[in-house]
Amino acid sequence: MIERDRPPQAPVDIAVIGAGVVGCAVARRFTLDGARVCVLEKAVDILDGASKGNSGILHTGFDAPVGSLEQRCIADGYAEYMEIRDRLGLPLLETGALVVAWTEAEEARLPALLDQARANGVADARLLDKAAIKAREPHLADGARAAILVPREYVIDPWAAPTAYMMQALTNGAHLMRGAGVTAGAFDGDLWRIETDAGPVLARAVINCAGLFGDRIDAMLLGDSHFTIRPRKGQFVVFDKAATALVSGIVLPTPSATTKGVVVCRTAYGNVLVGPTAEEQESRTDAATDRETLRMLIDKAATIVPALADQPVTAAYAGLRPASEEKDYRVRVEADRRYITLGGIRSTGLSAALGLARHAADLHATFAASTVPLSEPHWPRAPRLAEHAPRDWAEADNGGILCHCELVTRREVAAALTGPLAARGLGGLKRRTRVTMGRCQGFYCSAALADVTAGRLDPPMALPDRADD
Amino acid sequence: MTEASLKDGAVEDVAVAIVGGGPAGLAAATRLAEQGIRDLVLLEREEEAGGIPRHCGHYPFGLREMQRLLRGPDYARRLAARARAAGVDIRTRTSVVRLGPGPHPTLDLTTPEGATRLRAERVLLATGVRETSRAARLIGGGRMRGVVSTGALQSMIYLKGLVPFRRPVVLGTELVSFSSLMTCRHAGARPVAMVEPGTRITARSFARALPALMGIPVHLETTVEAIHGTDRVEGVTLAGPDGARREIDCDGVIVSGAFTPEASLARLGGFAIDAGGGGPVIDQYGRMSDPAYYAAGNLLRPVETAGWSWREGLTVADALAADLRGGPPPPPTIRLSVTGDALRFVTPSRLSLDGPAPAFDAVQLRAARAARGLLTARAGSRILWTGRLDTLPERRILAPIAPLLAAGPGAEITFALEEGRETS
Repeated sequence: MIERDRPPQAPVDIAVIGAGVVGCAVARRFTLDGARVCVLEKAVDILDGASKGNSGILHTGFDAPVGSLEQRCIADGYAEYMEIRDRLGLPLLETGALVVAWTEAEEARLPALLDQARANGVADARLLDKAAIKAREPHLADGARAAILVPREYVIDPWAAPTAYMMQALTNGAHLMRGAGVTAGAFDGDLWRIETDAGPVLARAVINCAGLFGDRIDAMLLGDSHFTIRPRKGQFVVFDKAATALVSGIVLPTPSATTKGVVVCRTAYGNVLVGPTAEEQESRTDAATDRETLRMLIDKAATIVPALADQPVTAAYAGLRPASEEKDYRVRVEADRRYITLGGIRSTGLSAALGLARHAADLHATFAASTVPLSEPHWPRAPRLAEHAPRDWAEADNGGILCHCELVTRREVAAALTGPLAARGLGGLKRRTRVTMGRCQGFYCSAALADVTAGRLDPPMALPDRADD
Repeated sequence: MTEASLKDGAVEDVAVAIVGGGPAGLAAATRLAEQGIRDLVLLEREEEAGGIPRHCGHYPFGLREMQRLLRGPDYARRLAARARAAGVDIRTRTSVVRLGPGPHPTLDLTTPEGATRLRAERVLLATGVRETSRAARLIGGGRMRGVVSTGALQSMIYLKGLVPFRRPVVLGTELVSFSSLMTCRHAGARPVAMVEPGTRITARSFARALPALMGIPVHLETTVEAIHGTDRVEGVTLAGPDGARREIDCDGVIVSGAFTPEASLARLGGFAIDAGGGGPVIDQYGRMSDPAYYAAGNLLRPVETAGWSWREGLTVADALAADLRGGPPPPPTIRLSVTGDALRFVTPSRLSLDGPAPAFDAVQLRAARAARGLLTARAGSRILWTGRLDTLPERRILAPIAPLLAAGPGAEITFALEEGRETS
């Protein structure tokens, strides 16, 4: 039984469709700017689509197309993340990234890439020779010919960040409806009436942040769409925590015209990941992994950092990127109908989200009266998931460890199951606490977790009828 | 721990810290306490000591240790009670977060009261074994509810009375896979198939009759390629011996067996890990690459019975006690390894010469597949020992240590299986 939230009783200023990383950032921006916001999310938890499976990197945008909207939003988003992260308790693993050239042809592309980085305002990017590469990444395979160091490409927590954006929206008055897939909508010249699985919402403006379904929402609400989502699957393999001794930062390949390629990098949760693949597919929901591809990724990782071949695999996952026919973001403004689409945010959404939210606010100001920003907004603290920062297990009265591999306490799980953003699915709970993310994948903690979440999660971990024991 | 140690951040000092309260850890703690080593703590992260047998609601446990036939939970309770009766300080809900280097290693701990630290003269790791996860086996598909290991299934059913599915597919034919059939039966679930990648059922014969008795088909030379479903498992894709794929309906998958030592603390601590077996590298005293550390039980290798692990706890405890009283054994100078694709690992894989009584008088090996032939230990061209072998994966293989010591200091001993050969 899906738990659905009720619609707000009065019309809101902004209906945000979709609670992925972009929707969370947009909800926060408009709320802080003084608007009344309602977020409509079809899943039981936020971050349940494209945003649940990315690489967790805060990009500088050094390799984005010069002059693109994407580049501008990444730069703005990066700057705002750095500005607000202390107040929201968001982590930053200051790793830097190496763009490594393994072939002569790749090496020949580095100078142009460096020029691009500088044109994009990433002035501290610089070329490294073999010795300098080895000094930064001693376990890197031999054969790296040269590299560009991008010092301010960092690893962040891809779940705590958008969760904190949504928490800040909610604690400052925004309304979140989960289990509220949009089914229809109409604009009467003054108000939008959006029909959802959880009832109708009245709003003065709509911001479409529906990710993998962005084109369909446009078609449903505007009658047409200027773009088509072409889902691009990215599979990842996660190595266990001891692998962090082998990788000090982010190791990128030299990008080609078509793809950023496969990255090996640390994660905020203390692991090393390799991925993503780039597989075009029809389905907007099927994020299945397959054995051959996972093997290929492990082999690929071992060609970059050979010692990874002996490291145990902790997890495998796939994310779906909402790519479209074009590389840049697909933004549409319908001033007359008070409607903005933030579409085709294919792979840099985590870095660009805060910048995109500002961009959306600027676009909104072109057709709507301005509101008065909150003078003293509340600043909630994000869940503390990062491995390199202090965590709950080190503190008194934590209730004891529930998930041993990831050192998640009972207090953390209890907290994630309560409040306006209470997790309603195991995926949501995982993104709030790290439970079951570790090497045992539930061998040790499934029973305790099924017990404490009984009656709380959809779908439940166990069937409703108990064993006759 | 004391209130004071929590508040002022002081470090508690003990002679011996044992990490893990399963059969090996409890046996070692009990033995050390009985030998008069009182300054001893056993750290157990679960709410109760006892280890995996706590949720094995089936027979047979306790034959070797208690000369009785017990179910797992009763056996676990008795082992823990024995340790307490011997005066062992069992600290449950205490997790070790980090193992520091010796000598006098410091362990970072966490408890419900918060973080704390412990310093020990010697540390014995007995963190056991777990089943390899679906992810580590690279089984494809989506991530939905209803995919569990046998361990998770048993603790859900026997500890919490919770059932994750009604019609699961069982991957694996090890003893534990058949045990999962019994667990399903206990909870009213009816497995629809067993799937085994190998050419033969792995478990010994007495369990093999179970699927037929329960009307469950067994598919050999078959793998689970992918698991399907949206929120919950709805089916699996099987790949058969001829590469043919087919789908079968089910509402869950039991990813059973393929045990791997729970060696992550040792791995993170930077101690030498045996790539083949996955446990810490040890010598015949159970001593690890850092001589302040010992290891016993299923942490050493996948996988042995509770009784076997229990006995290892006793013998490694004896070696550790002798070390504390009379000084450490000489450092190991002989290295052992396996070669060829028929053998997976050998442990202990280090041997020292001219020391006191060892914890192990035989090395343990495992085969990677069904194999038959002459098992040979060589140092260079010199044959130290041979033995006939006819084995399956997961079966215990032993080779005596005494003949290996003749190789002398600095020797590199290699075990190989010469298939098809019956005599030397």
